[in-house]
Amino acid sequence: MSPSPRLWRMRCAEVIASGGVLALAAGTAAGLTAGPGAAAAAVAVVIAGSLGALSFARNRFRSWAYTERDEDLIVERGVMIRRLSVVPYGRMQFVDVSAGPVDRMFRLATVKLHTAAAASDARIPGLEREEAARLRDRLAALGEAKAAGL
Amino acid sequence: MTTGLGGGDGGWRRLHPLSPLVRSGRGVLAVLALAGLSTSGLGGGSAGLHWYDIVLPVAVAVAAVVNWFVTRWKVDGATLRIETGLLRRDSRQLPIARIQAVDLVRPFLARMLGLAELRVRLAGSGDADGRLAYLTEPAAVALRARLLAAHHGLDPATPEPAEQIVTSVPVGRLVGSAAISTVAVAAVVMAVAVVIAVVSPAGLVVLAGSVVWWLVIGAMVIWRHVSTQYAFTVAASPDGVRIRRGLLGTVAETIPVQRVQAVRMIEPLLWRPFHWCRLEVDVAGHPGRDSAEGTHSVRKALLPVGSPEEARRLLRIALPDAWPEPTRPPRRARWKAPLSYHFLAAGHDGTLALAVTGRVRRHTTWVPLAKTQSVRLVQGPLQRRLGLATVHLDAAGRRAHAEFAERGQDEARSLVGDLAALSRHARKAAALSAPVATAGPAPGTTAPPPRDGDQAASVAPPVNAAQSEA
Repeated sequence: MSPSPRLWRMRCAEVIASGGVLALAAGTAAGLTAGPGAAAAAVAVVIAGSLGALSFARNRFRSWAYTERDEDLIVERGVMIRRLSVVPYGRMQFVDVSAGPVDRMFRLATVKLHTAAAASDARIPGLEREEAARLRDRLAALGEAKAAGL
Repeated sequence: MTTGLGGGDGGWRRLHPLSPLVRSGRGVLAVLALAGLSTSGLGGGSAGLHWYDIVLPVAVAVAAVVNWFVTRWKVDGATLRIETGLLRRDSRQLPIARIQAVDLVRPFLARMLGLAELRVRLAGSGDADGRLAYLTEPAAVALRARLLAAHHGLDPATPEPAEQIVTSVPVGRLVGSAAISTVAVAAVVMAVAVVIAVVSPAGLVVLAGSVVWWLVIGAMVIWRHVSTQYAFTVAASPDGVRIRRGLLGTVAETIPVQRVQAVRMIEPLLWRPFHWCRLEVDVAGHPGRDSAEGTHSVRKALLPVGSPEEARRLLRIALPDAWPEPTRPPRRARWKAPLSYHFLAAGHDGTLALAVTGRVRRHTTWVPLAKTQSVRLVQGPLQRRLGLATVHLDAAGRRAHAEFAERGQDEARSLVGDLAALSRHARKAAALSAPVATAGPAPGTTAPPPRDGDQAASVAPPVNAAQSEA
């Protein structure tokens, strides 16, 4: 399974909002100091940068995937550096569900699995709230059922 | 044994009455010495004892006495309970089954008074959580025996089982190893000094002035290392590996073998002429003062410096199962890791994973598959181009992991699946033979499988044999 399509929309909104603010600032600054030609160039550069960021965000969004197996959870992510984590339910210490202000606007949440090892990273961002709650409850139940001592 | 310590209701016991003296002792003595110094006029002229010179030591002493007065403990069935706190009562229950390690710590002052501190470590517990400071030495030893017996599911009245000394570190070798390590640092400093001298002779004068300080610092580093690791003795006993060390203050640690999360062997470059190595074990617990959330591992030296033969004997105790044969990564990995390729190797079998990494010094890490927390595959851009990937096997702790570095891509993919499946089986097998699950003196359940023709068999005693005789 993969994160909600709303995560992609959220990333788009983030890039567009920050790109717009940046374009406005750069355009105004260049326009005041070096004339309208420079302003247009600055805005064009910012727009090109935003498009680049969007394509990267697109790839990144597509790279997220998670699979709930019988005994463990598999999380895949990364564009440049590909990462794949296998975390057995029995090794889970606790589950974190977090949602920042922007996440909440898009009704999304991030689920994170913690094990006793600091290095294990099993984080799934951009889950719809219901899915996050379902996953959290399922993980907690499985973790309890299959719990193993240290 | 501990009944003489007072506090009778419901089996609650107090710490030893001299504890406040020892706990506050060092600080109070230092402050008093300073005060005495300033009174006698040696401290710079401002003679006369001011009231504020007294306040701090008195406050510390009073706090220590109050702390002693409100602290009590008892062993209540399967838990050790410690209550403390004057205003905010703090009641801790430490489940004995979850003990990761038991330490007996005797600072110099406590040792003079025949006292000892008992430290019980649980996974993820704070440093101060399981501390009983101080008990009389026999009481502390008896309590440790009781906790460990209960931990192994035996009758708490079982006496402490006999131990067999596996190895001890001679003082000469200890000092030598510390000196060599310091010499390495000194060589770097010297090189810097030469560079400075070439660039500007004036700088050399400044540097010469600080040489004394460098020597003092070096001597202090060596002294610290030697005094804490002095008379390092490792012994095997049915309740775990016992480590004793220390010159002025001594520490006695007991690590139940099934609590070992990972073992690491480090072979520094400068020790190579002597074929020395260092062994460390990772035990789930708390690393010390820098308290972050979650469980971290405590890294304990199993052998500060020793020969390969000694290391092998100790490893046989910590990891009783047969070892897998490591294999080398493909040759093209040389492009990705030119500086460490010469060491890289890794292998696994059904119960144990072994990985060798390192650039200048060789790190060999063993992780029992039953202790694996998660399996990760990481592939960077360069690795993708070369068709390589690195598989990490994480054990509990911050940095405890075996790294199957730079394996072929397809091999790494199947390795992740294999390791996850094997870990699952190992975990289930371990859960079946866990001492807590069997709950009772069942001789041989936790015993390592006998390996004939192996000299280590004489070192690893049959588990529970001492108890069933008793």
